Amino acid sequence: MDFLRPETLAEALELKASRPDAVPIAGGTDVMVELNFDHRRPGALLDLTRVPELRQWSDGLRIGAAVPYARIIDELGTALPGLAMAARTVGSPQIRNRGTVGGNLGAASPAGDTHPVLLASDAVIEVASTRGPRMIPATEFYLGVKRNALEPDELIVAVHLAPAAGPQQFAKVGTRNAMVIAVCSFAISLFPGENRVGAAVGSAAPTPRRAHEAEAFLAAELDFATPKPLLDSVKREFGELVSRAASPIDDVRGSAAYREHALAVMARRTLGWAWQELLSRKNRGGEQSCA
Amino acid sequence: MTLTPAELTSAVSGGIGTSPQRPDGNLKVRGEFAYASDLWHEDMIWGATLRSPHPYARITSVDITEALQVPGVYAVLTHSDVPGRNLYGLEHKDQPVLAVDVVRYQGEPIALVGADHPETARRAMKKIVVGYEVLEPVVDMETAADDTPLHPGGNLVRHVPIRRGSQDVAAEVVVTGRYEVGMQDQAFLGPESGLAVPADDGSVDLYIATQWLHVDRSQVAAALGLPEEKVRLTLSGVGGAFGGREDLSMQVHACLLALHTGKPVKMVYNREESFYGHVHRHPAVLYYEHGADRTGKLVYVRARMYLDGGAYASSTPAVVANAATLGVGPYEVDNVTVDAYGVYTNNPPCGAMRGFGAVQAGFAYESQMDKLAEALGMSPVDVRVRNAMTEGSVMPTGQVVDSAAPVAQLLKLVQDKPLPAGTSSDLRELPGGVSNTTHGEGVVRGVGYAVGIKNICFSEGYDDYSTARVRVSMVNGSLAAAVHTAACEVGQGLVTIMQQIVRTELGIELVTVLPMDTTIGNGGSTSASRQTYVTGGAVKAACALVRDRLAGRTDIGDEVIDETTEWRHRATEAIDPETGQGNAHVQYGFAAHRAVVDVDVELGLVRVVALDCAQDVGRALNPQAVVGQIQGGSAQGLGLAVMEEIQTSGGKVRNPSFTDYLIPTVLDMPPMSIDVLELADPHAPYGIRGVGEPPTISSTPAIVAAIRAATGLALTRVPVRPEHLTVT
Ligand SMILES: Cc1cc2nc3c(=O)[nH]c(=O)nc-3n(C[C@H](O)[C@H](O)[C@H](O)COP(=O)(O)OP(=O)(O)OC[C@H]3O[C@@H](n4cnc5c(N)ncnc54)[C@H](O)[C@@H]3O)c2cc1C
Repeated sequence: MDFLRPETLAEALELKASRPDAVPIAGGTDVMVELNFDHRRPGALLDLTRVPELRQWSDGLRIGAAVPYARIIDELGTALPGLAMAARTVGSPQIRNRGTVGGNLGAASPAGDTHPVLLASDAVIEVASTRGPRMIPATEFYLGVKRNALEPDELIVAVHLAPAAGPQQFAKVGTRNAMVIAVCSFAISLFPGENRVGAAVGSAAPTPRRAHEAEAFLAAELDFATPKPLLDSVKREFGELVSRAASPIDDVRGSAAYREHALAVMARRTLGWAWQELLSRKNRGGEQSCA
Repeated sequence: MTLTPAELTSAVSGGIGTSPQRPDGNLKVRGEFAYASDLWHEDMIWGATLRSPHPYARITSVDITEALQVPGVYAVLTHSDVPGRNLYGLEHKDQPVLAVDVVRYQGEPIALVGADHPETARRAMKKIVVGYEVLEPVVDMETAADDTPLHPGGNLVRHVPIRRGSQDVAAEVVVTGRYEVGMQDQAFLGPESGLAVPADDGSVDLYIATQWLHVDRSQVAAALGLPEEKVRLTLSGVGGAFGGREDLSMQVHACLLALHTGKPVKMVYNREESFYGHVHRHPAVLYYEHGADRTGKLVYVRARMYLDGGAYASSTPAVVANAATLGVGPYEVDNVTVDAYGVYTNNPPCGAMRGFGAVQAGFAYESQMDKLAEALGMSPVDVRVRNAMTEGSVMPTGQVVDSAAPVAQLLKLVQDKPLPAGTSSDLRELPGGVSNTTHGEGVVRGVGYAVGIKNICFSEGYDDYSTARVRVSMVNGSLAAAVHTAACEVGQGLVTIMQQIVRTELGIELVTVLPMDTTIGNGGSTSASRQTYVTGGAVKAACALVRDRLAGRTDIGDEVIDETTEWRHRATEAIDPETGQGNAHVQYGFAAHRAVVDVDVELGLVRVVALDCAQDVGRALNPQAVVGQIQGGSAQGLGLAVMEEIQTSGGKVRNPSFTDYLIPTVLDMPPMSIDVLELADPHAPYGIRGVGEPPTISSTPAIVAAIRAATGLALTRVPVRPEHLTVT
């Protein structure tokens, strides 16, 4: 097996073009498991850890594909609270030191923790090849179980995500209190300026999925300009719509019925927390202008 | 380079009753300790095992032609290459070294490959063509005895009845229940590994991670058709065992390949293979009926239990006897009717695991005690104390408990401990942890109690002994001792205990623990919480012989004092096959837990907030190691309560990996408050009482009781899953 170690993005793209069989490796937390289990025998590994363009983030925000979770938590927690919350639930400290959002996208597991956040926050995935770059909205990126929209010669370069316009939340159910793969997960982002909400489910369908009806329901129901405490009936209906967006299966990690139930509960609760945050921000803002 | 087990020396002082450092502690913490998977030998080749994908099938053909042609392959072996007896087993010799014409569980070994590289071996393995006629597996333990016979004698491995007192007495208050225990895995962190090195005279050396060198040796020798002295075993670094290494895994396989190829052969299982490569805890279905008078005094207990032994017997007979004889728990009951059945099925073979039959019964009888408390309007602690056995109580077997049995005291100790503060607002301390599923919504607290009983050492008349050799000579002008046994250190700390005993008995500070091997007599199994008791007893006895010869001297010049002795605990008896009566056990151990849980009742997620324990250990030879055993045993019980299960479907394992077989992390296991009682047992060396297993028994039912208290749900199956708690 060849081990290719490009030093620049251009070089990485050249290598990927000439060796489409080369498997990119960033943190290696998925790739090495697959190699160890003999699920994959690639002719070459393409190491992305030395490519500076992939290891940085810039204001705006453009996050390099190979920025590890630990840095997202430390450096981007304020700008991207939803992504940081999801990053915090990934694996263990060791995994968070190595693992990356680019790797999560590359693996495209329906259980990947960052996917619901990327969907709920309108992320755009920047990919590139020697033929040039492409911008793929997250909603078009996930094609099937562990299948994404990358062409064989393309690499994931960055994720574009606007700094949070409003409160964000992420929640994930697992049968252990740490280091656990999602039985199901849910992300919500409020966009107060646009009077809308982003919502998406993970690990509850062949791909991570946006909950369009649930989003539309809240856009119609919520008053962002003069927010009032949420009615229970609104939270409940939202929960139902979120769980209807899923098409889960029974597997070793949980039953389909449980997943639908848990999604509804998580949707209700996270909406409550996000809305509460919005209310208290408004209140604080109000107090300040009075003073 | 040749890397084989090294001598362990530590210069730290510390006799019994202190907690000196482990001689292997620093190495392990620094990652420098050589585990069996690190074994290396010049010129060695690698072995791999072809296993059945089917739980039950007839083998119609095995074609190894293509596999043999793979460059780098030295040998491909099948059952016809087994020179001796192609059957082994701890109690019944019913398990083939390599399958002949039928496979009875998914993962059963069929052929072996030896090759110059593990990868080559794996590739060649894929070229072996096996023809199968797939058969309908037997998977239901309750009906297995009447189903298709999987072995010549039928599917009932053992039935243990217990009949004590009246068999048809009635009671004022009666509670019944059906309970289920899922299949737990030992989940030791160091997977099975070994290295077999052939010698010119046709003999073989096997370096292996195991729990019982001598019983491995006798089974390996029989399979190889060699006299026992031609099979030499040396213990390699063992990364945990918990019962899972009491049966053979690759012992015979590696030796077969080595003798066949004339080359050293290394075998290492990966995690997935490990799930197929060792026995698990018996899943069980248990039916109970408890009758009591209005004051809460038990009038009778009736129980019918099924334990699924899977495809081969392993230690099923002894597990069934434990479940039966300990089946009413640490309570005085005059009228007992128990029938425990161990059966063959096509599920994964089950055998020894920490708690050994007492765990399954413990979950059921403690659940029943809570049910009884509720029916009587009594507190869970009061109903237990009302019936608690004490020294002098009579077991359902008729055996009189002839040393401390402080059951009520243990319960009161955990009851009187301060309760933890209310539900936290720190995510890490809430159900779901940083997965951020609740900020307090839906969280309900519950408290539960349980107490358990475990037999210590081997039972039912087994000649349970250990052999120890202690050698003393001068090193740098001072007396130094070396201690040699075949008793396996599997992580529990026997190496430290042996050093402490020698220091105390001989007053010699420098004590070297020699590698454990079969050049000395049997050390017995590292199981049944017995090594400190039995091998500790043997080391103590050997020290006494050495001490006599030392006669107070501190300088013995060039003399070497070398004494070897066997030591056995007092004899036990077989139980009557019809009534279960008899002095079956040598000692009983007791532990009690109080669990406090926060349950997110809407999501069905659990966080164990506190898991406090009180246990009598007779005498704490190493207080820190005692507490470590209690923490570990409690954690393993927590795992069974809320997450650990090998899920099977039609006999197939659905989760053979640590991705989906979950064991507790540090965020699942709370810090514990532990009370250690030291009520010496006059029959045991230093008064000690086995420590390792009792906490595993009471931890699980205490946690489930706490979850019931929080939710009001019946919860009759462990592990409790979110589906059970949310009724989805
Ligand atoms: C113990 C453990 C626990 C885990 N827990 C979690 C968890 O809780 N939640 C979770 O979501 N995941 C978990 N994972 C999975 C894994 O850590 C994540 O998916 C992580 O995001 C992968 O990132 P990586 O950089 O390590 O990816 P790698 O393993 O390097 O790559 C993963 C895949 O993406 C491809 N790839 C990587 N970078 C690029 C790129 N720039 N362009 C194109 N393709 C690329 C690779 O070829 C490969 O197919 C866990 C893994 C382990 C081993």
